[in-house]
Amino acid sequence: MNDTMTAKPAPTPPASAYFIEERRDPSETHTLAVLVDNEPGVLARVIGLFSGRGYNIESLTVSETEHAKHLSRITIVTTGTPPVLEQIRNQLDRLVPVHRVTDLTMVARGRGQEKPLERELALIKVRGSGEHRIEALRLATAFKAEVVDATTEHFVFQLTGPSSEIEQFVAILQPLGLVEVCRTGVAAMNRGPDPM
Amino acid sequence: MSEQMTGAEMVIRALIDQGVEHIFGYPGGAVLPIYDELFQQDKVRHILVRHEQGAGHAAEGYARSTGRPGVVLVTSGPGATNMVTPLTDAMMDSIPLVCITGQVPTHLIGNDAFQECDTVGITRPCTKHNWLVKDVNDLARILHEAFYVAATGRPGPVVVDVPKDVQFATGTYVGPEEARRTRRHTGYQPPRQGDPEQIRRAVRLMRQARRPVLYTGGGVVNSGPEAAKLLRELVALTGYPITSTLMGLGAYPASGRNWLGMLGMHGTYEANMAMHDCDLMVAIGARFDDRITGRTDAFSPGSRKIHVDVDASSINKNIRVDVPVVGDVAHVLRAMIAALREDEPAKPDALAPWWNQIARWRARNSLAFRPSKSVIMPQFAIQRLHALTKDRDTYITTEVGQHQMWAAQFYGFEEPNRWMTSGGLGTMGYGLPAALGVQAAHPESLVIDIAGDASVLMNMQEMSSAIQHELPIKVFILNNQYMGMVRQWQQLLHGNRLSHSYTEALPDFVKLAEAYGGVGIRAEKPAELDDAIMAMIETRKPVIFDCRVANLENCFPMIPSGKAHNEMLLPLEANDEAALAQSFAAGKELV
Ligand SMILES: Cc1ncc(C[n+]2csc(CCOP(=O)(O)OP(=O)(O)O)c2C)c(N)n1
Repeated sequence: MNDTMTAKPAPTPPASAYFIEERRDPSETHTLAVLVDNEPGVLARVIGLFSGRGYNIESLTVSETEHAKHLSRITIVTTGTPPVLEQIRNQLDRLVPVHRVTDLTMVARGRGQEKPLERELALIKVRGSGEHRIEALRLATAFKAEVVDATTEHFVFQLTGPSSEIEQFVAILQPLGLVEVCRTGVAAMNRGPDPM
Repeated sequence: MSEQMTGAEMVIRALIDQGVEHIFGYPGGAVLPIYDELFQQDKVRHILVRHEQGAGHAAEGYARSTGRPGVVLVTSGPGATNMVTPLTDAMMDSIPLVCITGQVPTHLIGNDAFQECDTVGITRPCTKHNWLVKDVNDLARILHEAFYVAATGRPGPVVVDVPKDVQFATGTYVGPEEARRTRRHTGYQPPRQGDPEQIRRAVRLMRQARRPVLYTGGGVVNSGPEAAKLLRELVALTGYPITSTLMGLGAYPASGRNWLGMLGMHGTYEANMAMHDCDLMVAIGARFDDRITGRTDAFSPGSRKIHVDVDASSINKNIRVDVPVVGDVAHVLRAMIAALREDEPAKPDALAPWWNQIARWRARNSLAFRPSKSVIMPQFAIQRLHALTKDRDTYITTEVGQHQMWAAQFYGFEEPNRWMTSGGLGTMGYGLPAALGVQAAHPESLVIDIAGDASVLMNMQEMSSAIQHELPIKVFILNNQYMGMVRQWQQLLHGNRLSHSYTEALPDFVKLAEAYGGVGIRAEKPAELDDAIMAMIETRKPVIFDCRVANLENCFPMIPSGKAHNEMLLPLEANDEAALAQSFAAGKELV
């Protein structure tokens, strides 16, 4: 370290037609539930909104939930600063096929809870024999994973739980012959008797 | 009242039932069945353009000047892709457009068929909504819904993509009424009334304000003539100073006592200083975009902010506000005025110190420019154009660049819907076709495109449409031989290196006008300007007016980007520095 070294002058930002501003607010992770008309292109509209406006998608799950009304429920886990999260909600709400946008994380916090109920399902294939195989099965039992397929050479485990638990299970199986993982993404709703 | 007919017939029938009188379009393979139906009727008038982009901007001009959706009909593939710019333009400026595109037959979709493109995919981000119609029995319902979506809430463009086999197929037509009852997107319910509690909070803040300012935008114009009337009432009632964005000009008259002029990057000193120093900002149908705010962290630091907007996503997007009111401008203003009237009127002198301050800012005369006897100053040209046209039934469109800003600064707009400009997207080539659309809607009016020599060439081909349809538009070019706005930025920000902003080989605009079958007029000296403008006004044909102006004039005042509102460059102060820089402009003499 040489303290007498002359400091380089800070580089001047390039002249620009735009004001380039750095934002340093802390990001948060929120889970949104979006009720939409189930019609062709609706998912593209939602995803396009996220990519077009530079928002993040950490997880996305979608399925028709009300057949009679042709309504699908999209669950999106996203990260952003609070103003960006507010923008995401408002921008989603602006889409014509969107019926309702609920920030489940905000609702949970409003009720004094940390998070909404969040579950994911994973199918995990492990291949191997001997000690590794026995160890894998023992861990599956500990995690309450179900064996849904097996031969003498492999297991397929099914695990349902919070994403963090699935992460943990997958990580532990890594050295024990893990060959394939499939996850559904997050399904979420708020606790308590009230609907969304 | 359901009837059997072909898809192509349904398109025409739906247009008629929606009260459409004019459409702008260009034929091609995938829309021929619809063109065939057009041919066999005379209720809807089709205006043939020379490029689909022209059709789009013409429809925008039509919509902006009438308050009704503009309608476009184009073919698949290149016809649709040529519409992307006007659709994006309309999306940014909230202009209602209904664009009907032809598509290859349904069984060929996805096959890379001739003139196939993924129209709904390409236009998804630049429309408010779009539809691909796969069943002729959905067509009428979707067309009526398209008009509804385009025109309600925050208006915007929509696309209905109709495959050719659907145009040929026979199905059941439903009228607008039945379509409304069977509407699919029941979740789409744009807000109208603002939340009464928020309106009460807003009014409470307004009562206490000592340094208030009204900041209005295109939303006032979009809300309809009633909104502009109510805005004037609000100003009369409160005595507040008022400024507006580029898009909102005319909602409050430029001759009004409380008018501060336009705000933003090229707004007046008094407007921007009032925004910076106010204690209460009432934003109405304006969206705090970056040309307005300058640097957001220094934007109006000491004020409370009320924001009225029909689009909730515009609120708190760039600037945090204290009182959000989500609703239609006219509805909210009516409620605000009623609430303000309930109480005893504010003391008229409560705002006197604020108005005194404003008077001092005004005295800086931020729109001043050096007059000249030898060359036409562009600002002077707009002043003369205004003086000679203001007592007529006049509509103004513009292209994009310095001329656009000078038009906004020096042409005083008295009424809404009289000013058509590309604000959000800044589309060069907008003005000429937009003028075409305005003229189609107002055949007896005087319609002038205030143009730059570079922009006007982008859609010059529409002169041919103007001749064909006898639409006597006036194209008033402030010809400085440069892409003036680009040159100005290069001068101020890029060491005066004028990279590719000089147009070496401009056409002879007078001869060009004549080649199209119009009239060309040229003015080169200030003394001949008035007579030439009068000659233009009196010509009942399309005119190109080549107004030779000072080549190196810059547009001031200006907030350099990244600066705050109180860090403006003012004209006479800035010009000496600029004059220095100008002398480096190779081969150009200083004027
Ligand atoms: C389609 C498009 N391309 C490029 C630009 C960037 N641009 C903004 S202003 C301008 C120059 C306009 O020159 P001119 O029409 O002569 O107007 P002036 O500024 O000289 O009045 C350019 C190139 C734009 N706005 N639109």
